[in-house]
Amino acid sequence: MPDTTPDKTPEPAKGKVEDSTPTAGPRVDDEATERAEAVDTTPDTSVDISVPEVAALPKGKLLEVDDVTLRFGGVTALDGVSFHINTGEILGLIGPNGAGKTTCFNVMTGVYQPTSGGVKFMGEPLGKRKKFQITKLGIARTFQNIRLFHNMTALENVLVGADAHHSTGMGSALLRLPKHHAEESEGEDRAYELLKFMGLDKRANELARNLPYGDQRRLEIARALATNPKLLCLDEPAAGFNPAEKARLMELIQTIRDQGYTVLLIEHDMKLVMGVTDRIVVLEFGKKIAEGLPAEIQDNPAVIAAYLGVDEDAS
Amino acid sequence: MDFSLLFNHFWEFTITGLAFGAIYALIALGYTLVYGVLRLINFAHSEVFMWGGFAAVWVLLAFGASQASGLGIVGLLVVAFATAMAASALVALGLEFVAYRPLRKRNSPPLIALISAIGASYTLSETMGLRDKPFKLLGIDNKMVDYVGRPREASPFGLNIETKRLFHVFDYQVSNKDLIVLGSAIVMMILLDQFMQRSRLGRGIRAVAQDPESAAMMGVNRDRVIRLTFVIGGAMAGAAAVMYLLKVEQIRYNSGFLLGVKAFTAAVLGGIGNLRGALLGGFILGVAENYGQAIFGGQWKDVVAFTLLVVILLFRPTGLLGESLGKARA
Amino acid sequence: MNAVSSFFHGIGDRFRGLPRWARIVLMVAAVVFVYFLPILNPPLITTTDSDFGAVLFTCAMYALVAIGLNIVIGYAGLLDLGYIGFFAIGAYTVGVLGSQHAKLPLLLCIPAAMVVTLISGVILGAPTLRVRGDYLAIVTLGFGEIVRLILINAGGLTNGNRGISNIPTPPGVDLFEIPKIRWEGLTAFVDLDNTTTFLKFGVTDSVPYYWLALTLVGVVLFLDWRMQNSRVGRAWEATREDEDAAELMGVPTFRFKLLAFATGAAIGGLSGALFATKQQFINPDNFTILYSVLFVAMVVVGGQGNRWGVILAAALLTWAPEKFRFLSDARFLLFGLALMALAIFRPQGLLPPRRSVRASKADAETEVLEEGVARA
Repeated sequence: MPDTTPDKTPEPAKGKVEDSTPTAGPRVDDEATERAEAVDTTPDTSVDISVPEVAALPKGKLLEVDDVTLRFGGVTALDGVSFHINTGEILGLIGPNGAGKTTCFNVMTGVYQPTSGGVKFMGEPLGKRKKFQITKLGIARTFQNIRLFHNMTALENVLVGADAHHSTGMGSALLRLPKHHAEESEGEDRAYELLKFMGLDKRANELARNLPYGDQRRLEIARALATNPKLLCLDEPAAGFNPAEKARLMELIQTIRDQGYTVLLIEHDMKLVMGVTDRIVVLEFGKKIAEGLPAEIQDNPAVIAAYLGVDEDAS
Repeated sequence: MDFSLLFNHFWEFTITGLAFGAIYALIALGYTLVYGVLRLINFAHSEVFMWGGFAAVWVLLAFGASQASGLGIVGLLVVAFATAMAASALVALGLEFVAYRPLRKRNSPPLIALISAIGASYTLSETMGLRDKPFKLLGIDNKMVDYVGRPREASPFGLNIETKRLFHVFDYQVSNKDLIVLGSAIVMMILLDQFMQRSRLGRGIRAVAQDPESAAMMGVNRDRVIRLTFVIGGAMAGAAAVMYLLKVEQIRYNSGFLLGVKAFTAAVLGGIGNLRGALLGGFILGVAENYGQAIFGGQWKDVVAFTLLVVILLFRPTGLLGESLGKARA
Repeated sequence: MNAVSSFFHGIGDRFRGLPRWARIVLMVAAVVFVYFLPILNPPLITTTDSDFGAVLFTCAMYALVAIGLNIVIGYAGLLDLGYIGFFAIGAYTVGVLGSQHAKLPLLLCIPAAMVVTLISGVILGAPTLRVRGDYLAIVTLGFGEIVRLILINAGGLTNGNRGISNIPTPPGVDLFEIPKIRWEGLTAFVDLDNTTTFLKFGVTDSVPYYWLALTLVGVVLFLDWRMQNSRVGRAWEATREDEDAAELMGVPTFRFKLLAFATGAAIGGLSGALFATKQQFINPDNFTILYSVLFVAMVVVGGQGNRWGVILAAALLTWAPEKFRFLSDARFLLFGLALMALAIFRPQGLLPPRRSVRASKADAETEVLEEGVARA
């Protein structure tokens, strides 16, 4: 599985920031490249990152969005949206900009309460659960605009994610009870495992804000995975990547699925999701306009109409 | 707890409460304007108020006109208002230049701006508290004793206008001072409202408060707008200082502190960043603490004020009218 | 000013590079030196206009305050402008239980003070930590003032403006006398007339109180370190960095903020209790709101989030006004000017946490690179 793509360069993580710097005097440019390439950040997808509780999930509907409507004042952001996600699949949630994809995420993760309708996770309504409770229940996410803890190291970022299934409190921490030690070492092992998987293990002790753009994107995924999510929601994880980088990331996401995770992927680039997703849901103006296998979606006239003119900037 | 006092003197407590409320409201405008534009608690605003008050006292002293009657009152008030407003505006402008602008240029985090504000507050009030020192060095402190003598004590006088009872509101005889304070406060508020609504500069302030980046792209000069908010806020604090001098009849180097905290409370109460909120908050605070004083006794006045703030924030975390300088008008 | 932090961080790096035995020896030597400061009376450091032992006690007490407030501001990012309120509650708990209404021994009063402040921290925090940061500042400012006003007005409980006297002292033993050192120029004399009795908590001699406070600083530092290097510390930091993201990563942010607030309050209560037992007399004037501002200044001047930095700042801001007493009147003016200068020229504080030093270094590098690119 790993390292099979022919166009794989030694530095896949070069992000938008570096790419957009104008080609300049060779000396300085060399230095910059050297700094970025000082360590190898190729993801090592052979690392086993699966967790038993996630792998043991029964097949079937994992999450059901049931007739969700969300209004802000007079604006209807989501209008009777229904779909479901099956365990072990990659579901693509696509649509033009402003279609309500991220809003839909926000309803699923407890940021917004739907005006009507509801979300069921493993057969149980999410109800008025708080954001952190939903995360503990097993839904983790990344953000469209990277929201790492910038002044913490890469390792610490992932540890915060791993802490979601820990329970060390003030008492255990102050008295250094066995629980503290056990959870700290479990968390660290898990974090290194995920960082290695993402190719970030050599950057573990760098501050998140000092990582190149691409590394930050993958660190966010690592942090979300550390919570042992039954459902991993990725909000445009490839935003700002060039096509080659996007392709590599999609491959990585498939590997994550192959290790037993269920993935919900937001992306507005339709071509990109065609290859990786098992099923696709299309939103436009807060309404679901299509749902089905990638091949069906591709030929759906409503989807084509929705995407006319958007295709350009999406690629 | 004793409600009979409040029932028996209801209008007295209401009207004096409104008068103090007007002072809080005018100071609160300064906090709210600066907060709206800069998202900064201008902790030193209370000292701007205090400096304006002293400036008025000094100028009246220089004119030898601390007391007046008849038409002289009008002249006295005009001079006092003009001096205090100009002085406070100047101090506010200087404050912005020395304490805040350098930080803005460096994009400092908000907490650092607050530290600078606290430092500026100490500096301004202590400078007033030490004002005799330079004159002592020059050896002319004896000549200036009226101005700089006993700098840690209260000023020799405020605006001493003989209190005259003019007319009844139910059982309370409204005094000329109440009328002057409330009347001039209302005039100030209407002027500010018109300015914010009609003038180009007022629109600029609202634009920057709403969306600094778009405003900049539309050609609004942010630095100029910021200077302007400090000037306006300062002038309002200066006007409040004159009213304070009328009601309290003295001012000290540290008079600003508690008043500033209360005015800020008023601003938060109404929804900080919202001009009408600041006015509403000021009046509510003034009246509420006066009622509280009547019910629980004078020593609990300040406790009532702060408790009110906590309670309101619990139920309406963004204040009574919500926070938006962009949408709100004075 | 940059020299300050690179000096201290330089020391830190050297220290970490030493072999284990050398580190232990150095550490013990430093601790002994700090304990013996009031005996040694080192020239330049010692204060001539006021009792050096008392100044050192105040330094240690405020160091405790700074460590506690650092948890609230530095770790959890909550701006608490009413910390003096907790300090006052701690002091008055000792006063009320130890003298005014009961005669409990001090060793019971101190834990009681911490429990009472912890509870008041929860009572104040539970409703207010849900509101936004700026509001928290003003609400806590109000709280600090309310506490003082209640102390004045609830005369039945607190004896009002007259204050509480005869506050119990810690139990002590008279073991032996330690003569202090007197300096004339650079020659040291053992001053047999000026001694401190080992562990006699009396009225005149502040040195035993200093030792007590210093010991507590050590204990609290140790616990502080344990908290920060655990799930709790990480949760605080994540919350400070990005509250929403932290919540979505499974951190119950409100609970952790409340924990930080209450822990900080309890430490404030502990230092207040120390104050009460040292002074043996307290009244509401000891707890004006200006102290809250001073406490926040300690944390920010020291470098939010760095426990050594805030201790250094606490000691400095306490010691300097005593050392330069001849400036008397102008002290607060200079304090104000210093705060402004600090905000403008050294916003990260005297001794910022190592991570932000690292970060700003990396930023500077990037800047140099970018400038290079722009120029080429």
